[in-house]
Amino acid sequence: MHIAVITKSVPDTEAVVSVDAGGKLLAGDKLVVNPWDEYAITEAILLKEAHKAKVTILAVGPEQHNEALKHGLAIGCDQAIRVWDGALEGHDSLVYAKAVAAAIQKLGDVTLVMFGRELPDIASDAHIFQTARKLGWNLLGSVSKIEALDFAAKTIRVRRLVEQGTEVLSSRLPAVISVLKGINEPKYPTFIGIRKASKTEIPVWGLSALGLDAAAAQGQAAVTGYRELPKREGAVEIIEGASAQDKAAKLVEKLFAEKVL
Amino acid sequence: MDFKLTDEQRLFQTAVRSFCEREIKPYAAEVDETGRLRREALAKMPDLGLVGLQVPEDYGGANFDSISSALAMEELGRACGSTGLSLEAHNELCCMPIVRWGTEDQKGRFLPRLTSGEVLGSLALTEPDSGSDLMGTQTRAVKDGGEWVINGAKVWITNASLAPVIVTLCKTEKDAGSRSFSLILIETDRAGVTIAPPLPKMGTHGSPAHMLTFSDVRVPLDNLLGQEGRGLYMVLETLDSGRIAVGALCVGLAQAAFEEAVRYSTERRAFGKTLADHQAIQFKLADMATQIEAGRLLVYRAAWAKDQGEPYSKLASMAKLFTSEACERAAFEALQIHGGYGYSREFPLERIYRDQRMMSIGEGTSEINRMVIARRLLEEAGA
Repeated sequence: MHIAVITKSVPDTEAVVSVDAGGKLLAGDKLVVNPWDEYAITEAILLKEAHKAKVTILAVGPEQHNEALKHGLAIGCDQAIRVWDGALEGHDSLVYAKAVAAAIQKLGDVTLVMFGRELPDIASDAHIFQTARKLGWNLLGSVSKIEALDFAAKTIRVRRLVEQGTEVLSSRLPAVISVLKGINEPKYPTFIGIRKASKTEIPVWGLSALGLDAAAAQGQAAVTGYRELPKREGAVEIIEGASAQDKAAKLVEKLFAEKVL
Repeated sequence: MDFKLTDEQRLFQTAVRSFCEREIKPYAAEVDETGRLRREALAKMPDLGLVGLQVPEDYGGANFDSISSALAMEELGRACGSTGLSLEAHNELCCMPIVRWGTEDQKGRFLPRLTSGEVLGSLALTEPDSGSDLMGTQTRAVKDGGEWVINGAKVWITNASLAPVIVTLCKTEKDAGSRSFSLILIETDRAGVTIAPPLPKMGTHGSPAHMLTFSDVRVPLDNLLGQEGRGLYMVLETLDSGRIAVGALCVGLAQAAFEEAVRYSTERRAFGKTLADHQAIQFKLADMATQIEAGRLLVYRAAWAKDQGEPYSKLASMAKLFTSEACERAAFEALQIHGGYGYSREFPLERIYRDQRMMSIGEGTSEINRMVIARRLLEEAGA
């Protein structure tokens, strides 16, 4: 009964994002735990309490991701692992998924992998699907409720939010799930957890520890540059007229002329 | 010299900030409007240690150092002045005297309840005829058999209606000068304790302050806290430590005012540019940020000295004096930047401005703190 929850530090969702003259992306220095992951971490802790499971929190990235890992430890995760290697710099989602899958395999006894719904900085959830694919496990995305979990029988039943409504699915374990906002109320760290987390040295697993070679770290996609969004330009024109009808008629004329109507 | 917080302090600060942003700040206007603290938030505080910041873990507290406690107070003040003030009074003025001077029996009887998140503690010093002049305390406690019999009145007692027990300064000896006073633990459900409805006041509406009367209130002799006759000295020590926390609370209120000012001045436009593009406004922001940073450093400095076991009374008074006055200036300028909107109840500045006004009065007025600072520095100078 071992759950792995995957997290990432991301720029504060309230940060002002811009691109400097050199094409470098600026999003403030402050990183926060991916807000979606807070639900995944809390859900993992709730499952830990209900099933006496072990929870490992894992992040792929340089040292600043320790903050998200320590946050997870402070809420109640049992151990944290950071996966990083200089060769992973600038990785794409597939490389990320390979690294996560390799770490899960190295942990050995994980039967449930949990993700927050998406990465808000790049608005993508591709890495979740790719991780499941690399592990060869079932993926249950957009989970709004875990209805039943039986580690002994190796089954899970979840409620998913889909466009048409909700869907209840059962799957065998091991499996990968991504959870939605609303699945729980995110837990706050406890002072006991904070004390434990502050004393924990987080191990770093590099490519060789994961049994991956340099080729595995070669991405297929790369970001070639960033550009500012084009500035929105517009002008306000106050329509004058003798009466409301008169103004409305002039407005309609203008809208026709501009081909809005 | 190292200005970095420890890992534990930093993680705690982040956790308290996120707690306050979700559980306290969004309700601050409602707390002010209704005059009631948010009980749901209070109930969640024990896990983070906020209702027992420096209480030992055996009694349900978190046993934090003074710096961590100051970090928590700053975050609480940043979110809601009323909640911050009530938590400050609870932690510093009620829990700490019991931690410092309580017997094992007293700690066991009172602290687990006080750290439960269901109640808040209280300290009763001020009386209708004596505030800063504690020697004028008239509330009498007289021994009668195995009990103290207490008679008198107290006023401006924060949290009294939420408290299971009130640490009360009583006159226990006539004409013994500064040794005439003792602290007595008075449970609020004792016969003869009357707690009047909250006093109407300018700000911190959610933090109730009451008039109390004790009319032949009987408590066992072992409700005496610490030594008989040492009450005044214990109060002064309690206030010294409390001033660090009030200082942190002021930094939080000032920070909140500053953040509102930055937000508004970067959005609002006047004369073809944002307010923040005008140098007059930039200077205000620069002054506010500088004062806040200086105040924060004074608070940390006093808290650090206390944690090191060094004398900190002068530093604590300096921190409280400086931050309470800096906080008023920050609130004034932030409101000024907001113009008419600052004066409106629709914006948080109006509330912050009212809330901060108490900070240069309660727990040692600015004048008393100047006296304390002067006395200490002249002592140091050998005068």
